[in-house]
Amino acid sequence: MNGKQKIQQAFTTANADGRAALAMFVTSGFPTLETTVPIIKAVADAGADVIEVGMPFSDPLGEGLTIQKSSHAALLAGTTPQTCFDAIREARAAGVTTPIVLMGYYNPIFACGLGEFCRAAADAGADGLIVQDLPTPEAAPLLDECDRYGLAFIPLVALTSTDESIAASCQRGSGFVYCISVLGVTGVRTQVSDRILGLVSRVRAKTDLPIAVGFGVSTAEHVARIATYADGAAIGSALINAIADGAPEGAAERAGEYVKSLLPGARRKVVAK
Amino acid sequence: MPIRGNCTRATKLHMATVPVRKTGLPDASGRFGQFGGKFVPETLMAALTELEQAYETARADAAFWDELNSLLADYVGRPTPIYFARNLTKQLGGPQIYIKREDLCHTGAHKINNALGQILLAKQLGKKRIVAETGAGQHGVATATVCAQMGLECIVYMGEEDVKRQAPNVYRMNELGAEVVPVTSGSRTLKDAINEAIRDWVTNVETTHYLIGSAVGPHPYPMIVRDFQSIIGTEARQQFVDRTGELPDYVIACVGGGSNAIGMFSGFVDDPSVILVGVEAAGEGLEGKHAATMSKGRPGVLHGAMSYLLQDRWGQILEAHSISAGLDYPGVGPEHSYLKETERAQYVAVTDDEALEGFRLLTRTEGIIPALEPSHAIAHIQKMAPGLSPDQTVLLLLSGRGDKDLDTVARARGVKL
Repeated sequence: MNGKQKIQQAFTTANADGRAALAMFVTSGFPTLETTVPIIKAVADAGADVIEVGMPFSDPLGEGLTIQKSSHAALLAGTTPQTCFDAIREARAAGVTTPIVLMGYYNPIFACGLGEFCRAAADAGADGLIVQDLPTPEAAPLLDECDRYGLAFIPLVALTSTDESIAASCQRGSGFVYCISVLGVTGVRTQVSDRILGLVSRVRAKTDLPIAVGFGVSTAEHVARIATYADGAAIGSALINAIADGAPEGAAERAGEYVKSLLPGARRKVVAK
Repeated sequence: MPIRGNCTRATKLHMATVPVRKTGLPDASGRFGQFGGKFVPETLMAALTELEQAYETARADAAFWDELNSLLADYVGRPTPIYFARNLTKQLGGPQIYIKREDLCHTGAHKINNALGQILLAKQLGKKRIVAETGAGQHGVATATVCAQMGLECIVYMGEEDVKRQAPNVYRMNELGAEVVPVTSGSRTLKDAINEAIRDWVTNVETTHYLIGSAVGPHPYPMIVRDFQSIIGTEARQQFVDRTGELPDYVIACVGGGSNAIGMFSGFVDDPSVILVGVEAAGEGLEGKHAATMSKGRPGVLHGAMSYLLQDRWGQILEAHSISAGLDYPGVGPEHSYLKETERAQYVAVTDDEALEGFRLLTRTEGIIPALEPSHAIAHIQKMAPGLSPDQTVLLLLSGRGDKDLDTVARARGVKL
């Protein structure tokens, strides 16, 4: 199985098991370079279905304060694309089989060289990419390289997306479709707006890919609500807050505990499909 | 040289109409060659399409240009004159130097040309809330000014570092009714203010227009800003030809994001004999801290566009440095990258110290206090003058006046105000 199939399979398996899939985001290199592999392993062991490994960027214009700060700290700690690849490779060596997606911004990928980046990512054991500032109309060169190395390119769709852009993104994307639940940047919010329901159904009409909802998702209650209409939930800032809430030595344990706290929400009372 | 240096009043200009796109760029995908594009979060894509359509509609609408041109004439004070700098010419002993006086615009800089154009677009889009970024504060002041005039809510993001060094402009914006939000992330300068303005725009995109101040950002912004600033080049070319009967040999402007320069260059880009020179900030020197994006950077993606950038080997954006807040930016407008790559324009860099010397030179010879941004261009003219002869001409774009920089200049000279 290549990365695209592996990611899609993770959703299928979770859904068949009566659960919404959980896609969990961690910033590589935060709080320290050494904690990344233990955190990935703890998040996987706790039951995450997909792990998004964040590659920090100096100018993360799609992020709220939490991930701005974790990105900044990770860069100060010496995080580079190479250390992200190394962390994934080590996590695989430590037995993590959960699909892993690299999530970040375009310029570090472009600086590396698109082909070289995808080759190194696939070689390290990554299964796909999410690029926050690379909408489908600009993504053709990177999509070609993802195809060459069997990496999924996970499209982001937004409340403001037109049906045409949703169709184009779903057609070229793979793995799953990431629906942005809010107008805004990443970050914990008290509620997940039901405005997302309209977007999910518009996406559903265009694709058979699994659909995950993210941005602002932080509690088991949020996940439970999302589980009634989507195939998975994506959670980032709340996990970063848990990781940041104490000494680096306990970061992996706190990450695992937080993921476990979401599991009751992910379980569907009635299997939707 | 019977004509040159003649002080007769420039011929009254015809009112400018629709900007002429001499290069035919950007293309349909928003590219200038490999540069430009729309590298933004998906949430903004629909807003960019909407803006593009609104602008194309406005471009074809005579009533839109009538309203804009009437405001440019009566509110901004256009056309701004060109001035033959007789004393500066004499002092430098080289070429004849003419100055396009954007410092005489209402609010003191060229930024108002674009702010007015975009505020009319925002009105067409039905947007009641305006966000903007500002470095030196000139664009923030221009935006706050047009929002006051149009009765729109105005939020200006400004790096905390710039809030400190441009205090008078912060207060001007407050008096105009704008909310100035200090940005504390990253280097706390213009690039971080743009990040924060984009974050606001993503969050409030349905009610808000992002009134970007330079020829940077995702398509269609670099095109729109250039078109609204092209009045500088259109006027200047006609004025210069009317005055001297010829085209200038050199056209020189400073480049941060590059809106003043691209507006000026757009008037001359089809005149192959005219040498276009963009002057970047070399800060403390090109081996130290600087903002010389095209001299020392390489192509990459920041703030929605592919262009030259100051970045490390991993593609992380480097902090820029310039004594001039308006040039303190690690990127540059994509059309400048294109003009560099096609060698239609040359880009050079001038240090903080040289710019301070240029500032004093124009002030003392002509009684015109320039902003620190165009002081870089003055300094470059000072450098090139010995190599040029009196039968050559240089047209300098003086993009703004220097009142806002007096604190900075005094501090640099060790004077406590």
